[in-house]
Amino acid sequence: MSGAVLAALGAFIVSEAWQWTYSSEEGPGPGFFPLWYGIVMVVLSLLLVAKSLLPSATARKGTDWTGVGRALGVWAAFAGSVALMNVLGFLTALALLTLFIVAVMYGRPLKVALAVAVGNAAGFYLVFGLGLQLNLPVGPLGF
Amino acid sequence: MEVFSGLIHGFAVALQPLNLFWCFVGVFLGTVIGVMPGLGPAATIAMLLPLTFNMPPTTAVIMLAGIYYGAKYGGSTTAILLNVPGESASVVTCLDGYQMARKGRGGAALGIAAISSFVAGTVGVIGLMLLAPPLAKFALSFSSPEYFALMSMGLAMVVLLAGDSLVKALLAMLLGLWLAGIGIDLFSDDSRFTFGISELLDGVDFVIVAIGVFALGEVLGNMEKRGEGTLLPVPKGLRNLLPTMAELKDCRFAFLNGSVIGFIIGVLPGAGSTIASFISYGLEKAVSKHPEKFGTGVPEGVAAPEGANNSETGGSLVPLLTLGIPGSATTAILLAAFILWGLRPGPLMIQDNPELFWGLVASMYVGNIMLLVLNLPLIPLFAQILKLREFILYPVIFGISVIGVYSVSGSLFDCGLLAGFGLLGYAMRRLDYPSAPLILGLVLGDAMESALRQSLMMSQGDLSILVSRPMSAGMLVLTVILLLLPLFRKVNVWRIKAIEENG
Repeated sequence: MSGAVLAALGAFIVSEAWQWTYSSEEGPGPGFFPLWYGIVMVVLSLLLVAKSLLPSATARKGTDWTGVGRALGVWAAFAGSVALMNVLGFLTALALLTLFIVAVMYGRPLKVALAVAVGNAAGFYLVFGLGLQLNLPVGPLGF
Repeated sequence: MEVFSGLIHGFAVALQPLNLFWCFVGVFLGTVIGVMPGLGPAATIAMLLPLTFNMPPTTAVIMLAGIYYGAKYGGSTTAILLNVPGESASVVTCLDGYQMARKGRGGAALGIAAISSFVAGTVGVIGLMLLAPPLAKFALSFSSPEYFALMSMGLAMVVLLAGDSLVKALLAMLLGLWLAGIGIDLFSDDSRFTFGISELLDGVDFVIVAIGVFALGEVLGNMEKRGEGTLLPVPKGLRNLLPTMAELKDCRFAFLNGSVIGFIIGVLPGAGSTIASFISYGLEKAVSKHPEKFGTGVPEGVAAPEGANNSETGGSLVPLLTLGIPGSATTAILLAAFILWGLRPGPLMIQDNPELFWGLVASMYVGNIMLLVLNLPLIPLFAQILKLREFILYPVIFGISVIGVYSVSGSLFDCGLLAGFGLLGYAMRRLDYPSAPLILGLVLGDAMESALRQSLMMSQGDLSILVSRPMSAGMLVLTVILLLLPLFRKVNVWRIKAIEENG
């Protein structure tokens, strides 16, 4: 699977590099280096794909899908909080992310989760907002 | 004489109150993250890097280097008390350290680890101080073809020792080269791989990739499972942390062995402190009068690997500072830091920035003393860090990661990229793609392409320039040999064994 994705990326790199100058009187052009590493990427990726198709390929260890689900859930929450920062501001988005991690991913009581979320946001405000005077994205409430 | 006067100058820099303070902050933070399993120095340096942009470069380097070698000290605490290595380099310390702790000699084991780390860390700095200036002078004769060959060789060594699958390691490196190529081509002003997005014209900031792949990738990987070990009682009182004279006597050779092996391995790109600690442990066991006792709690089994993994730091800074070639993910991040501050590590580094080089060397002496003082009496305090709950720690890491990226560019687009690279880092972990070659490819990609294109401009496009110059030819031949080595079954078995030991 990863081999196929990388083969596609390699093919994309080659197709892009093909459109740029490979070489001129002044020397190698912008397409020179990407063309070569793109070709190597395609070859190696296909090798990986071929290896995975061989009958002798050793079976992968069973995947812990629950664990993968946990990790991807946290990632989705993180990506969502980044998207919300423009609207809600950094501190509110971070507090919501913290709330989700503590309450949903770690199953702590809502009171504990709220306390950790507010404490985390307050800590960041004190250290980075007040202390280091960093400009962070702000929401409609001014933080 | 030159070295001596340089060192005096370095101490004048390192002992300035501001540098002393940030050196302390660095080694303290390093110890803390070394104690914490699951958060390594590479991730920490990447996260904190943007916060150092307003510091003078020398001060910032002193602090970041402090995190790097401080983490090696801290890593032993969890290895000994919890049988969980804080860093992969401390894996071998578990073998005898934890057994000593189970026998009630945990304090002595921690003490031996701290003393050995101090001795070897100091030896590593001495090695750096003596080896770096002549190597830099030698490298002054290098031109573009030699640099291209040198970078190829460095990447090949890292790829060779990065993962079970050489193909996956190579692909990770190529991905890094591609990421480095995104943006405007400085030779022709053409934009490459920008997908019409104006934010990508300046390229992908290294900080975003490093924080995403290391910090977020690591946290997401850790979030899959929640495991809690049993913490053995932490010995209280300095007296209980001091080893006996007999134990110290048993460790004499181990201190020396760890120091020398660690430094030599450190100079070689790719090998790293974990391999150094395993080799020195193996050597210690091989020459011991009682090899059968190794693994049951002998002090030499703690002293040798702990020494090696600390001495390796000084060694790894040699190629970084004199040739501009990092040998590991952490030194690659340090290289990126130098570049961001407008400095270019290489043969002229010591000549052009004596304050920075000698200040760093002297600060490492000072930092090692600070670590010895910190680690002996404060071990019980550091052990408390292990009680910090994951659900408190991880949101803090997410927050610092976003701030690290946002403070550089003030762009939420970059924060979105951060999320993307976090997912990439996690996927690489899951699919057994090593991340060190990606980071090295990213850091060296631009310089490597420039060196290759400049070489070909020198020769009017004739590729033979790369093999017609003896140094360049020698290094390229070595590169090919390194990449072909895994085809030999015996070598490959050894390679995979070394990687597995690397954790």
